[in-house]
Amino acid sequence: MTVPAPAILPARGAGDRIGALFWRHPRLLLALLLAPPLAWLGVVYLGSLAALLLQSFYSIDEFSGVIVREFTLKTYGELFRAQNLDIILRTLAMSAAVTLACAVIAFPIAYFAARYARGRWKALFYLGVMLPLWSSYLVKVYAWKLILAKEGILGWAAERTGTTFLIDAALALPGVGGNSLSTSLLGTFIVFVYVWLPYMILPLQAALERVPLSMLEAAADLGASRAQVFRTVILPLALPGAIAGSIFTFSLTMGDYIIPQIVGTSARFIGLAVYQLQGTAGNLPLAAAFAVVPILVMLVYLTVARRKGAFDAL
Amino acid sequence: MTFRMTRHKTLTRCGTATLALLTGLSPALAQMTEIGPGEGELSIVAWAGYVERGETDAAFDWVTKFEEATGCMVSVKTANTSDEMVALMNEGGFDLVTASGDASLRLIAGGRVQPLNVDLIPSWATVDDRLKEAPWHTVDGVHYGVPYMWGPNVLMYNTEVFPEPPTSWNVVFEPMDLPDGQPNKGRVQAYDGPIHVADAAQYLMAHRPELGITNPYELNEDQYKAALDLLRVQRDLVSRYWHDAFIQMDDFKNEGVVASGSWPFQVNLLKSEGLPVASTIPEEGATGWADTTMLHVDSEHPNCAYQWFEHQLSSNLQSDLSVWFGAVPSVPAACTDGRGMQTAEGCDTNGLADFDRIRFWTTPVANCSQGEGACVPYYRWVSDYIGVIGGR
Repeated sequence: MTVPAPAILPARGAGDRIGALFWRHPRLLLALLLAPPLAWLGVVYLGSLAALLLQSFYSIDEFSGVIVREFTLKTYGELFRAQNLDIILRTLAMSAAVTLACAVIAFPIAYFAARYARGRWKALFYLGVMLPLWSSYLVKVYAWKLILAKEGILGWAAERTGTTFLIDAALALPGVGGNSLSTSLLGTFIVFVYVWLPYMILPLQAALERVPLSMLEAAADLGASRAQVFRTVILPLALPGAIAGSIFTFSLTMGDYIIPQIVGTSARFIGLAVYQLQGTAGNLPLAAAFAVVPILVMLVYLTVARRKGAFDAL
Repeated sequence: MTFRMTRHKTLTRCGTATLALLTGLSPALAQMTEIGPGEGELSIVAWAGYVERGETDAAFDWVTKFEEATGCMVSVKTANTSDEMVALMNEGGFDLVTASGDASLRLIAGGRVQPLNVDLIPSWATVDDRLKEAPWHTVDGVHYGVPYMWGPNVLMYNTEVFPEPPTSWNVVFEPMDLPDGQPNKGRVQAYDGPIHVADAAQYLMAHRPELGITNPYELNEDQYKAALDLLRVQRDLVSRYWHDAFIQMDDFKNEGVVASGSWPFQVNLLKSEGLPVASTIPEEGATGWADTTMLHVDSEHPNCAYQWFEHQLSSNLQSDLSVWFGAVPSVPAACTDGRGMQTAEGCDTNGLADFDRIRFWTTPVANCSQGEGACVPYYRWVSDYIGVIGGR
């Protein structure tokens, strides 16, 4: 019997050995590559969310104001107090109104850009939509405060053109009116629509561009009127884009706490309430409970949006 | 002055309280008996704009000379709220903090600051006598801080609408016609912080004595309810509450606002821009804030800190900071002796003459002089004030 001589191989370096290790265990490489982003997602991203959730199950001691670190649903119960329910409903109503207005305004713009704008016009269109996003958000909001102020540009222009009665009529509306545009919910609404409009136009345009011309021609060949083509072909195909855009406008409005601070009646929105409760009041549990509301609303919203195929257009 | 600077003021002055003050006192710790050589460093937790070394504006510098004289290099950690200050001091690693009345007692109760030997501060005698024993830094006769700055919440008004200064806060609390014949609805403002409940309570002290309010920061259920009712009346008059000094100034310029509770800071700035405004402290008195420098219990640079205490009281700091901030020096002599830019007139504008009519911000706690758990604590002020502003 002869023992086979071992194969003579060149001495292997560390790199070779690691390479061989990965070759033999391909999953190891995968795990190593995925670990950092997963750690980021898991620890930093979801971890902070979990910490937030945990806080919302604590409560604040009625007498001393000290946070009691014991599991309770009392804080969530507090959300249903009249003034807190007001905040939630006010925020949801504003988000819905802003989303609807954005969709209505964005549709013709996106339609024009997708169907008719060509070459230089298209570039100009993109610039026009994106330009407001380049300047500071705070500057824009402060500028709007000045535009909408009682003695601001808009009031001045209305006075010169004799249309003050229009503004007065709008401000006389119950619930949303006020002393001037910049101190009314109407003003908050206008600024929200302005700030979030690009986030509606862009996905809507992407969806409209994907509507094949052949379908429109086919519809026309089959005798559909322009209105019918719009209603039965374009609108359903653009809907996922509108829903994708609405995710942005709805969630951004719901979470914003700067605009209602600067333009509006000082009535709280969810973001503002969270800001105040965690900062000056030290009521972290209630702030956390408030913060959970938009998360839940958005989860429902996203589930519905996914069913409608909104993510195909992203 | 920066946007940030006022913003933090807003948040903080508004009385930021979380922990109610625990009864009882931390064990008396040994205090310094003599000042040794400086350790070469000093770290201060301060409001933005409170410790200036001429970097924001070359004319306002009260650090450089201190560093040259003592060799203690000053580093500043800016805090934006009283909560942040308390958190930073709890964390440790800092020497001094410029705490407001709503943070100072929490720091003392939590044992984060040490008793001071005021005999080691030669200029202690020059501190305003009315501040030496102030309850927000002196507990059971033990001093825990050296007064820094204070200021009132004045009533700012438009001089074209009010030829005579308004004599009562009723112009911002009750529906009425102003001297120009127009109603005040939509033309007045109120502070967007729960501590404003105290302003309402102070107004009731004068106008509804049957409620028996003796301290606007200690309200029982009935008194508190009356204050909220008054604030609900005010809600109809106020288009927007103010929380940011610069937004309020803008509202006086562009929104037709003619009267509001405010700080001398805004009044001085608007006046310097040539607007027809002035301020007054009406017959009911006013609320105000007072800050104190306190020394961390584990400070590694106590000698530098004591040198800072002396510097704080004796240098140009008191005078120039009061100009910079629209505040009042804690050393009255700083108004007149020319150590800085402040003048007697400036101090009076900022509120010096009205000290006795000012009730300084303190954190409302449940256990007050009316009894254990008799008063409405601050966290309820917060949630109820949110309700009032929301129209409830």
